[in-house]
Amino acid sequence: MRSLLVGLFEWTDARFPVSKLWNEHLARYYAPKNFNFWYFFGSLALLVLVIQLVTGIWLAMFYKPDANLAFESVEYIMRDVEWGWLIRYMHSTGASAFFIVVYLHMFRALLYGSYKAPRELIWLLGMLIYLCLMAEAFFGYLLPWGQMSYWGAQVIISLFGALPFGIGEALALWIRGDYVVSDATLSRFYSLHVVGIPLVLLGLVVAHMIALHEVGSNNPDGVEIKKNKDANGVPMDGVPFHPYYTVKDLWGAGVFLVLFAIVVFYAPEFGGWFLESANFVPANPLQTPEHILPVWYFTPYYAILRAIPDKLTGVIAMFAATLIFFVIPWLDRHPVKSARYRSKLFNLLLVLFAVTFVILGWLGTEPPTPGKSELGLRLGELYFSFFLMLWVYSRERTAGFSYGLFAGLVVLLAIFDSIRYDEAKQGLMMWSALLPLGYYVVFLLLPVHTRLNESRAVPERVTS
Amino acid sequence: MKRTVMAFVLAAWATTGWGAGSGIGLLSANTSLEDTTSLQRGARLYMNYCLGCHSLSFMRYDRMGRDLGLTNEQVSENLLYAADKVTSPMKIAMRSESAREWFGVAPPDLSVISRARGPDWLYSYLTTFYADSNPSRPFGVNNVVFGDVGMPHVLAPLQGRQEYVEGESPPDATEVHTLGLKIDGDDIVVRKSATMPDGSHVAVEDRLTVAAPGEMTAGEYRKAMRDLVNFLAYAGEPSRIERQAVGFWVVAFLIVLALLLRALYKEYWRDVH
Repeated sequence: MRSLLVGLFEWTDARFPVSKLWNEHLARYYAPKNFNFWYFFGSLALLVLVIQLVTGIWLAMFYKPDANLAFESVEYIMRDVEWGWLIRYMHSTGASAFFIVVYLHMFRALLYGSYKAPRELIWLLGMLIYLCLMAEAFFGYLLPWGQMSYWGAQVIISLFGALPFGIGEALALWIRGDYVVSDATLSRFYSLHVVGIPLVLLGLVVAHMIALHEVGSNNPDGVEIKKNKDANGVPMDGVPFHPYYTVKDLWGAGVFLVLFAIVVFYAPEFGGWFLESANFVPANPLQTPEHILPVWYFTPYYAILRAIPDKLTGVIAMFAATLIFFVIPWLDRHPVKSARYRSKLFNLLLVLFAVTFVILGWLGTEPPTPGKSELGLRLGELYFSFFLMLWVYSRERTAGFSYGLFAGLVVLLAIFDSIRYDEAKQGLMMWSALLPLGYYVVFLLLPVHTRLNESRAVPERVTS
Repeated sequence: MKRTVMAFVLAAWATTGWGAGSGIGLLSANTSLEDTTSLQRGARLYMNYCLGCHSLSFMRYDRMGRDLGLTNEQVSENLLYAADKVTSPMKIAMRSESAREWFGVAPPDLSVISRARGPDWLYSYLTTFYADSNPSRPFGVNNVVFGDVGMPHVLAPLQGRQEYVEGESPPDATEVHTLGLKIDGDDIVVRKSATMPDGSHVAVEDRLTVAAPGEMTAGEYRKAMRDLVNFLAYAGEPSRIERQAVGFWVVAFLIVLALLLRALYKEYWRDVH
């Protein structure tokens, strides 16, 4: 029996690189030994991808992509299909879990400079995955055919209508396949959700990992472990991915699954954040719901869109806010990778960016008031300023440069505020302007007068 | 430790949700899916008073029977008025075109209404109908949480005639807005806040009080409405009972699994320094 199995393996291995792939990607792929908490989220993203694919396949067996049947077929899955409720809740919770995991994974890259040379392409592929994920979530959210599905899609597609020269309306019409969101839209979104985007997504995930394994993983110290190899050419600070990181990631997966199961079984709606109550009313093209909200993972961008009074500018800002991540590797050219050894101000910059993103996300779920719109706009300014600061902090800047840039930014702010000047909001605009002004004082002027922007020495080898 | 903390954070976050609704403080329905007799009473009320107009078309009679501890015979004899077979979904015979003619809007299917509106909203809605003699009101009633609703007060024989007694509002108030509802003895109080010209606020209390009693006392009626809402909460997600029961074992298993995986990880990593 055993010799038969060995024989089969050898026969296959001579014809297909089984052991070569195994070694290159697992058993002899050396990963730095100092991965911390933040390094769980890559493998967790893969786990969530598998959950989504498997539950998605089963949902597609029972779901009906037809405007007259869709809503009913979801309830059919929830009630009459054996374990249908579990499959559906795993899929709906999985969608949000995917974004939580991916946002943390992206923050890890910012924290440890994982996008810097030679890993720019990994970052770019990752960003493409993120875009695919957004498209996948957007298409999928229409399928339950509830009020929020319907009107959310209506609003987001109509954003394309803001493009000038008649392109916008034509484009929106082309996407919908109708003058309003309708059965035509539902069936094409279904097709893209279950076939189109997943294919691209899988290809990109494979490319993301091939690129990673080509250059090797970064680590919390930002030290290249390939610079210190032993006599056999094995990095001295590396451990074989299998079994070391397979068992470690299994432990991470265990914790993740506990949290995931708690949500699936005890809070699948997550208080309206994962499944909105308005989506339990069937889509009605003649009745607009009170508040139309995208799901939480889009709300930071939605807050930026809403904060800008001019629709076209708002749409451009929203897309820019998403796409600007692509150029990070060429904005941040500082030689030190990890935030551990970068300056205190850089660390503050990073934390503030995360806070800005979260508050924007909250604002995007709130009904707009003048105060909240104004706050959204100012936080939008901070959001984009972060990327500018990444470039500014790439090297030592002279006092002249810093003061010049500071003055330039203040003038720019003043021009922008005078364009959108609104007498009713005068006081609000003046007070809230302290937010970007303070930000620029801290991040542009403090480096000139204090030593808060000095990086520390990076060790030769990884620590602990 | 980290895990328990995160579980608490998750749970806390999940309970602070956005309920759907009118934005005023609602009465608490205190529903409980473990209260099977309440669910049974609620089912009977629904079959007797609601199912004439409101279908529950995602719900089947036999499924309901199983979940509520009733045999198919019990369901057939006591609850099956609107269909022939116990395996049928709870549909209605009324055509939606006629319904639209009679009520202005077709009465919606209520299968998932508890998930769209929330149990507290439903409870507040069912308890706050009041007599309104305004000729624009076709059925002579109005509702506090659903103003100018198209539905007649079908449960009036049980509740009796409830009247809206306005509390004393300062005559020079610039604006009065509703804060919420509360129960006060047999009455339901509508709490309001009046804004005075100098910017101060004065509390105003309107009252819903039963003027002509029905078959039930105020307390009995509220209890019956709790049963009905409980039933609707069940109908909104029949798998919820099973979900929470299964969930305990799944989470318990996963915690043990995670601990074992942690031990495995620690064992492998003992020699890495």
